[in-house]
Amino acid sequence: MMLGASELLRRLGAHVTGMVWRLGFATRFFLLILKQSGPSFRRFHLTVREMYFSGVQSLIIIIVSGLFVGMVLGLQGYDTLVRYGSSEALGVLVALSLVRELGPVVAGLLFASRAGSAITAEIGLMKATEQLDAMEMMAVDPIARVVAPRFWAGVISMPLLAALFSAMGVFGGYLVGVRMIGVDEGSFWSQMSAAVDFVDDVLNGVIKSFVFGMAITWIAVFEGYDAPPTAEGVSGATTRTVVTASLWVLALDFVLTALMFRGN
Amino acid sequence: MSKGNLVEVDNVTFGYEQKTVLRQISLSVPKGHVVAIMGLSGCGKTTLLRLIGGSVKPKKGEVRVAGHVVNKLSADELYLLRRKMGVLFQFGALFTDISALENVAFQMREHTELPDALIRDLAIMKLNAVGLRGASHLMPSELSGGMARRVALARSIALDPMLMLYDEPFAGLDPIALGVIGRLIRHLNDTLGATSIIVTHDVVEVLGIVDYVYFMSEGVIIAQGTPDEIRASEDSFVHQFVYGETHGPVAFHYPATDLREDIFAEAAT
Repeated sequence: MMLGASELLRRLGAHVTGMVWRLGFATRFFLLILKQSGPSFRRFHLTVREMYFSGVQSLIIIIVSGLFVGMVLGLQGYDTLVRYGSSEALGVLVALSLVRELGPVVAGLLFASRAGSAITAEIGLMKATEQLDAMEMMAVDPIARVVAPRFWAGVISMPLLAALFSAMGVFGGYLVGVRMIGVDEGSFWSQMSAAVDFVDDVLNGVIKSFVFGMAITWIAVFEGYDAPPTAEGVSGATTRTVVTASLWVLALDFVLTALMFRGN
Repeated sequence: MSKGNLVEVDNVTFGYEQKTVLRQISLSVPKGHVVAIMGLSGCGKTTLLRLIGGSVKPKKGEVRVAGHVVNKLSADELYLLRRKMGVLFQFGALFTDISALENVAFQMREHTELPDALIRDLAIMKLNAVGLRGASHLMPSELSGGMARRVALARSIALDPMLMLYDEPFAGLDPIALGVIGRLIRHLNDTLGATSIIVTHDVVEVLGIVDYVYFMSEGVIIAQGTPDEIRASEDSFVHQFVYGETHGPVAFHYPATDLREDIFAEAAT
């Protein structure tokens, strides 16, 4: 029994030590990305190209999801507000929910699944097929050439995608609330316009999505670069990206919300 | 460093944590020569190539390339030296998102300020040297194994390197592609005035094109000589390796307990 407990303790210790090592590697990797961002920005076309893959190619899932989330918000919000005779406030409810929370968070989760996994798989496969080694041997730093452009493309794309998600959500709420249910169109837009503050709501939402973008793409590029160069290794890294990035988005959302919206 | 040697490996020991991969290896590669490093899989020959390329550092000893101690160079100095090296990886390692032409042009775009049109012409000439000018527009996924290896060869000579490193260049090729790659390695080495190191276990092909051979086993060099000396070697390991014999110092069976013990133990349970 004692042996079992000490073995358990040993394994727990090894697991924690391993996690600390990994966090150290990830932090060092992040600093290397920042160091190599200068050379990467000098050839900004590489970042633009990656923005197409991680940003533009995520448009469909973001637009469709945003629309449906907004439509559901319209239905659920009306159902609740009408009980208190405040159905005209539907626009406020839809807009604030999306701009403050759902836009950055759901767009972040979708971005982690769609673009984060793709980034990890691509870099992992480049490693498995020795493309990164080949680049190193050609005196080209893979962090400057491959990793940094993908990282910044993700960081830039994420706030734009979140904004688009929120805009589509508001449009979905409008379709359901105004066009389908019959909420007064003037009240819908004017109350929204009066209640949504640019700094407290919109800007804070943008900051959130920027932070989520950094976290997701950092995890995605690190997992890809650190993946064992086998099919199993790349598949495991891709899964880890989606799970870890999603959990980080939710955890960071709580921290940022606590910092931004206290007492409001 | 001897004036005639481009590469010198001096008393190098290398290992990962507890496992020692190379033990006090010493060898030299004269300028202009094509030298093979041969041995069984896992004997440490690819590790030796990685040491020469500066991807890993030895625990003891020195690796010198063109007078530079590779294991003591800073990252920037190592990158400068690597611009004078070409590496052909086992399966080509072509960049899969760009065409054959762009693969060959990659290094020129990264390291030179040449105009696009000139880079294109130079890349076309490199592809022509390996007989694949007509395939310049193809993507790596559209190339056969042999063609991909030739494009990778064209890419590795893009900046006219002084040293070429080949990691298993014949692996997985059909006999025709194998012969083509072998002849190209020799021809390009002599045409460019380069020096080449080939890591391989393809005896027949490599003994026909190299000037000198080092044989490795379990992290040490056990034999060396010209191809004729290697063919005539009386070393039992080299003889078994060169002539592909089943019986010799490299046993057919993986170490195990006595067969009868194994069978009777199974029957008794």
